[in-house]
Amino acid sequence: MKLWKRFARNRAALVGLAVLIAVIVLALAAPLLYPGGPWRMVQRPFLPPMGVDGLYLGTDTLGRDVAAGIVYGARVSLLVGLVSTLVALCIGVPLGAVAGFYGGWTDEGAMRFTEFFQTIPNFALAIVLVAILQPTLGSITLAIAIVSWPPVARLVRAEVMSLRKREFVDAAHLAGLSRPRILISQVLPNAVSPIIVMASLMVATAILLESSLAFLGLGDPNAMSWGYMIGAARTVIRSAWWLSFFPGIAIIITVLALNLIGEGLNDALNPNLERAGKP
Amino acid sequence: MTEPILTIERLTIDLPRGADRPHAVENLSLELRRGEILCMVGESGSGKSMTANALMGLLPGGVRVGAGRALFHGGDVLRLTEREARKIRGAQIAMIFQEPMTALNPLMRIGDQIAEVFAAHDRHSASERQARALDLIREVQLPDPEQIIRAYPFQLSGGQRQRALIAMALALEPDILIADEPTTALDVTTQAQILRLILDLRDRRGMAVMFITHDFGVVAEIADRVIVMRYGKVVEAGPAEKVLKSPEDGYTRALLDAIPTGHVPQNAAVEDAPALEVRNLCKTYRTGGGFRRKARTVTAVNDVSLTVARGEVLGLVGESGSGKSTLGRAIVRLVTPDSGQVVVGGTDLATLSEEEMRRQRNKVQMVFQDPYASLNPRQRIIRALIDGPVARGVPKDKARARARELLDIVGLGADSADRFPHEFSGGQRQRIGIARALAMDPELIIADEAVSALDVSIQAQVLDLLRDLRARMKLSILFITHDLRVAAQLCDRIAVMQNGRIVEVGPVHDVFLSPQEEYTRTLLAAVPGADWARETAVAS
Repeated sequence: MKLWKRFARNRAALVGLAVLIAVIVLALAAPLLYPGGPWRMVQRPFLPPMGVDGLYLGTDTLGRDVAAGIVYGARVSLLVGLVSTLVALCIGVPLGAVAGFYGGWTDEGAMRFTEFFQTIPNFALAIVLVAILQPTLGSITLAIAIVSWPPVARLVRAEVMSLRKREFVDAAHLAGLSRPRILISQVLPNAVSPIIVMASLMVATAILLESSLAFLGLGDPNAMSWGYMIGAARTVIRSAWWLSFFPGIAIIITVLALNLIGEGLNDALNPNLERAGKP
Repeated sequence: MTEPILTIERLTIDLPRGADRPHAVENLSLELRRGEILCMVGESGSGKSMTANALMGLLPGGVRVGAGRALFHGGDVLRLTEREARKIRGAQIAMIFQEPMTALNPLMRIGDQIAEVFAAHDRHSASERQARALDLIREVQLPDPEQIIRAYPFQLSGGQRQRALIAMALALEPDILIADEPTTALDVTTQAQILRLILDLRDRRGMAVMFITHDFGVVAEIADRVIVMRYGKVVEAGPAEKVLKSPEDGYTRALLDAIPTGHVPQNAAVEDAPALEVRNLCKTYRTGGGFRRKARTVTAVNDVSLTVARGEVLGLVGESGSGKSTLGRAIVRLVTPDSGQVVVGGTDLATLSEEEMRRQRNKVQMVFQDPYASLNPRQRIIRALIDGPVARGVPKDKARARARELLDIVGLGADSADRFPHEFSGGQRQRIGIARALAMDPELIIADEAVSALDVSIQAQVLDLLRDLRARMKLSILFITHDLRVAAQLCDRIAVMQNGRIVEVGPVHDVFLSPQEEYTRTLLAAVPGADWARETAVAS
């Protein structure tokens, strides 16, 4: 509960959380709000926002409801963001932990492997992966995970390296615990807070990556996503601004909310780093 | 009597709401005269550092001066604007800190840092600043002034850094020098030198010194007047002579009693059977090096042999860098020695493989120095106590019962088992550390500076506990410490270590009263308040 109190002290983080919850609720309620789905043509194309009752955000080039697209797009964005982050953690945390804890050749090997991924530009690698694997939600998620785990591995490695020199880890050695057990039961639980903070920011990055891929036409053709909407609307951006404007706003708000939450979590989980001058 | 240079009247410093008490300092009044050394003594949290910080305008966020005045040259230094305070800071009131490494800028040469003090107050030309910096470096008796002025802080030893810091503080010839535990992080011999330097400078420059310390030995060494603080209140004030010889307040008396004095206990009879035998142990650290570059080698432990008899407490005394901690860690195999033997109960621990060692872990246990770092903050106490026994195959229920019993024995009560480390104070955590070591039924316990991080009164309690446990359980202890006074209180025999070698071993009595080695004599002479302790020892 103390954690919540510290988190709540950061107003911006609370706003972020409220926005994120709203987006989640919208995403969950999508089939109730728009039972017809995002692809159904409901009216004349190019209706401006507020033009016709019930179509608050207007219609797109084919007469589909933009609002429905945004609500369904939220599902795709959140899902991809969340799952890809989880997968990235599943790769990065064990690798970084083992590298940091055992050191020596294990560390050398793991870090060279990590650097191999870091030297290739993220986005280029993601494009190549999606192009090879065929654009489906699964392959997009995997591609995002594969390009975003290296920073996790480096963070966990650094945390573990500093934690393993602490006296309580020495004490665990003296208690005769095996090394894997010390890593899992003594060291890793103490590295959780920075991982959580990083994960919240990674979700935001993943959403941006997914949008960018979809914008380039590498999105799942069966999933309505924000990036796809902007990509499809770019040819008519001067005549029908709302087609790219609203999905863009949706991306900005969601990513901003996640960043604010990440910031708030950082303050709440690392109270020692509290910036000076704050009440 | 001369006019006071600084007068503090009824100073109250408020802590933010939700702190453990409303005021850090309450109703503090004091006078400081030119050429006088005033010692503020108290345990951690007594508000002594807060007072100094308030004078310098360096109170941490949320803490503010509630009431009172501090008159200095006719003005109130507590009510200055940031601009005015900057003028006074350094120029008229200077401060030195406990940890010289963190107080110095690691990326700046010593000479430049001293010159910067002049620059900050816009004094002298650039070349003159350098010349003055050199003078100051000479004045604080740093060796090789021409070299030191171009050196970086990491190239200096702890004592040299503190001297450099003092040089910075003296740069603008302040009227008052505030010293906040300036010798706590230093070795005894270095501490003695720094104390002498401060006395010397006081005599030469006639400045007033406000010296904050927790150590009554230091007080006996340098103080003219003493203020004893507790929980933010002054409990006793007066001339040093009087406070030390005939303290009026109960708390002062308790503090004085708690100080490990030079009182040397009679040697206890020791069994012949050894609990630990170390033979020709060596450990050399290599850092850096590689292709065509020479590695830096440090011989931490150099051909050391010693024995700890069953039921004996052997004190291992030495200054920092003497290799005493490495020796301790090599015995428990947290560090693998290069050569030599560590025989405990007939097994040579130094040559076991990691897997075999894991099964022998219980034989030697360790109590660590830092009570805050030695317990996993995310684990309940009971876990720390049963993890070891359970890994050895003791059934969980039995281990739990034993853990509660041990917590009772170390004076914490069985119900503390389900709490988290942050709910305990430093002294209590150290008791938990002792219970954790006992839970393994070890043949030998290594206590590595186990009481060094504690306040004197807590220190005395933990020492009492160790003495009691040793009598009750026939424990063998290797007690590693830098503090001779502590060693004298607990140990049967003492081994003095210097530069990786044992230079002298003998019963406490002999080592203290007729030391054979020059180094031992130096160490003994450097103990702060040694003369005073001897006097009181004779008197009582």
